[in-house]
Amino acid sequence: MSEELVNIEVDGVPMQARRNAMVIQVTDASGVYIPRFCYHDKLSIAANCRMCLVEVEKAPKPMPACATPVAEGMKVFTKSPRAISAQKATMEFLLINHPLDCPICDQGGECELQDLALGFGRDVSRYSERKRVFKDENLGPLISTDMTRCIHCTRCVRFGQEIAGVPALGTIGRGEQTMISTFIEQSIDHELSANIIDLCPVGALNNKPYRYRARAWEMTQVPLVSPHDCVGTNLSAHVLRGRVMRIVPRANEAINESWIADRDRFSCEGFYSTDRAVKPMLKQGGAWREVDWETALEAAAKGLQQVVREAGPAQVGVLASPIASLEELALTAKIARGIGTNNLDHRLRRVDFRDQANDPVAPMLGCSIADIEQASSVLVVGSNLRKEVPLIAHRVRQGAVRRGANVSFINPRPYEVRFPVTANLTSNGLGMAQHLAAVLAASLTAQGKVRPSNLAAAVEGVTPSAQHEAVAAALAAGDLRVILLGALAQHHAAYSELRALAMALADATGARLGYLPEGGNGVGAALAGVLPHRAAGGRAVAAPGLNAVEMLGARLKAYVLVGGIESADLVPSSAIEASMRGADCVVAITPYASEEILANASVILPSAVFAETSGTWVNVEGRWQSVAGVSKPAGEARPAWKILRVLGNLLGLAGFEYVSSDEVRDELRHELDSYTDGVAITAAFAPGRLAAMDVTREVGIYGVDAIVRRSAPLQATVDGEMGAGGGAA
Amino acid sequence: MRSFIKTFFLWELLQGLRVTLRAFFAPKFTVQYPEEKTPQSPRYRGLHALRRYANGQERCIACKLCEAVCPALAITIESDVSTDGTRRTTRYDIDLFKCIYCGFCEEACPVDAIVETRIHEYHMENRGENIMTKDKLLALGERYEAMIAADKAADARYR
Repeated sequence: MSEELVNIEVDGVPMQARRNAMVIQVTDASGVYIPRFCYHDKLSIAANCRMCLVEVEKAPKPMPACATPVAEGMKVFTKSPRAISAQKATMEFLLINHPLDCPICDQGGECELQDLALGFGRDVSRYSERKRVFKDENLGPLISTDMTRCIHCTRCVRFGQEIAGVPALGTIGRGEQTMISTFIEQSIDHELSANIIDLCPVGALNNKPYRYRARAWEMTQVPLVSPHDCVGTNLSAHVLRGRVMRIVPRANEAINESWIADRDRFSCEGFYSTDRAVKPMLKQGGAWREVDWETALEAAAKGLQQVVREAGPAQVGVLASPIASLEELALTAKIARGIGTNNLDHRLRRVDFRDQANDPVAPMLGCSIADIEQASSVLVVGSNLRKEVPLIAHRVRQGAVRRGANVSFINPRPYEVRFPVTANLTSNGLGMAQHLAAVLAASLTAQGKVRPSNLAAAVEGVTPSAQHEAVAAALAAGDLRVILLGALAQHHAAYSELRALAMALADATGARLGYLPEGGNGVGAALAGVLPHRAAGGRAVAAPGLNAVEMLGARLKAYVLVGGIESADLVPSSAIEASMRGADCVVAITPYASEEILANASVILPSAVFAETSGTWVNVEGRWQSVAGVSKPAGEARPAWKILRVLGNLLGLAGFEYVSSDEVRDELRHELDSYTDGVAITAAFAPGRLAAMDVTREVGIYGVDAIVRRSAPLQATVDGEMGAGGGAA
Repeated sequence: MRSFIKTFFLWELLQGLRVTLRAFFAPKFTVQYPEEKTPQSPRYRGLHALRRYANGQERCIACKLCEAVCPALAITIESDVSTDGTRRTTRYDIDLFKCIYCGFCEEACPVDAIVETRIHEYHMENRGENIMTKDKLLALGERYEAMIAADKAADARYR
């Protein structure tokens, strides 16, 4: 759009507006309110609700503000008798068929129609004929429907087409018989689909698990950050009497705009699962006993101290989940290093650690999330993007659809994406690494560059196809080009090769290399030094400890598990059970006491879930987002940072005198600020000849962490049923 | 001299006794409670009750308007989807110690479910009995439905 400005007048106030902007955009920007139902700033303009009718000078009829572009000298009257009477007439028509069931409608109290009916509705209906009634659609376990309440704004239809890319809903019928429908009965399975709950201005589409459980006005809204993926989605929790009733988006244009993934919205259903640990427990003689906090913490400290004394600190292994808060991760690292072990890791599903010395200080995106939408070319290596990081997938899709960005994928198998792609390179005999090598070879040839010496063997004899050349060409030109390494690459048995090739490709083309780490705090965990070979800020440690896989295979004498780690979070291996059960002391700081944890652990310290603890999550852009705890922890559970703090005291370690989680964060921040050397890359990794192998364990969208796995509605979706712990490749 | 005579003949005493005598034979205002009771308005705001429809279905739809309007925060409601798919309360508590018997809950109710009956004779013997649970309220509603319905009917034309 041109930046040319025109002069208009709204209610007698002169304003300047961009040419071709709609009247409603100008009035919204200047704080003049015009009522609307169908207009939404993230969706296309439909102008079908007619609620935003305003009077325009010299126009014969009232004009819809959402579909009327401004013009030089235009005079708009939003509150003139003519505009008001048009709006009131529209409201009367909308209310003709709308049922009067506000007392049982979950939208009651937060309903746009209810609010506007107060301002523009008549107190008594003049309509005495029959109201039309529709049968409700079954849209699956997440969204409840009351189609009779629908006012046909078609926001949900446009969302499906424009944002999700899956036109699941549409309108059928005409006039009074118009209805929103899935045409044939089917659930809506898109990973962002539940956003239509927020879009729906009335109670036609609502939150199914939350159905009838609370009312809008009695809950307290508190800010949260999602820990389920690396985006750091901003959420608001609605809390009633200390319990999270539902989660809604908190708009943040830089991160999640006004959308959230279904995983973030419905994970709260897993907070109060039946296996929630509500009391500290101690295993004595093979039987679990509920004890008080003091006893449990002392038993944990004593057990660890005994192992350190008798077998040495190297017999202690510490695993932390990347969904834990930054404070928890920092304290975990501090405890581990305090008792003298470097067996510390958060990369629970990674199998290839050969090249870990070349890991960046933190696996970051390399650009901002909003920039992804502006990128001219994106190459995604090893990621089922839509299921791993739905909101980054949304940005990538917007870039492809709106700006024509070139998007390519290198994946073990094809995944459905809803936009045109440049190339979808899937294994078909070649491994992901071979595809990447072919793209690199094509790129080097095109630019006339020499092969990096360390990659000679890998690129040797690779003949790029036309598709590989297309990807290389797309990456070569444009302002912002991004190569993203997703979870499937990071969990790949040949991750070192993939990364070395990706780095060389980034070098050759000038594209940025970005990572999509797992969990909401993959970046935070790396910064806090929850790694066997690095302390906080990427400082190298003298004697690197064991990584996650080695630790679980090594049959250590003691383990500490932080953040509800279960076997579904780990690389599948038969050694885990033997290691855990053979250990003298397994301290589990976990929100859940599942059968598996009960079988493996010797002390259970019940911790709070992310909504119940204050903490910081560092997203993939490196943005630190701190939130305060919102709801009461279940039972006697305590925030994990407090548990770790006391455990540090009981272990006799220095510097555990924190009184708030902010102090932990500030200490870490100070430490990071004082250390800016970055990571010295020792020697570039030199892959040998590439073999075609894609042994990657896929993790289902609703199997990523302990909280999501316990959310019954998410597990009931198609994605959830395909594999809670992780679908087969 | 006059005052002496007045004093001598106990005139003021007789004056007083005249009042006593008049009251002695006048009609009595005293009500012999509890055998006798004073008349009550159909709008009397006493003990709460939850009503049912004639077919036995609970009236309350868990809209929580009473909870929202209650100035003393005496009402606590939890709701969920019931077995037949309708919106119902799983908990409906009124704390009679907090309640100020203002009748706003009754006014707010869109389905005439919560009502304040004319019952004002009740007591508590143990701690905790001040909490009127859903079961107690429904039992009261069933027991006094005839009276509640008659009161509602009597007051209907003024609403």
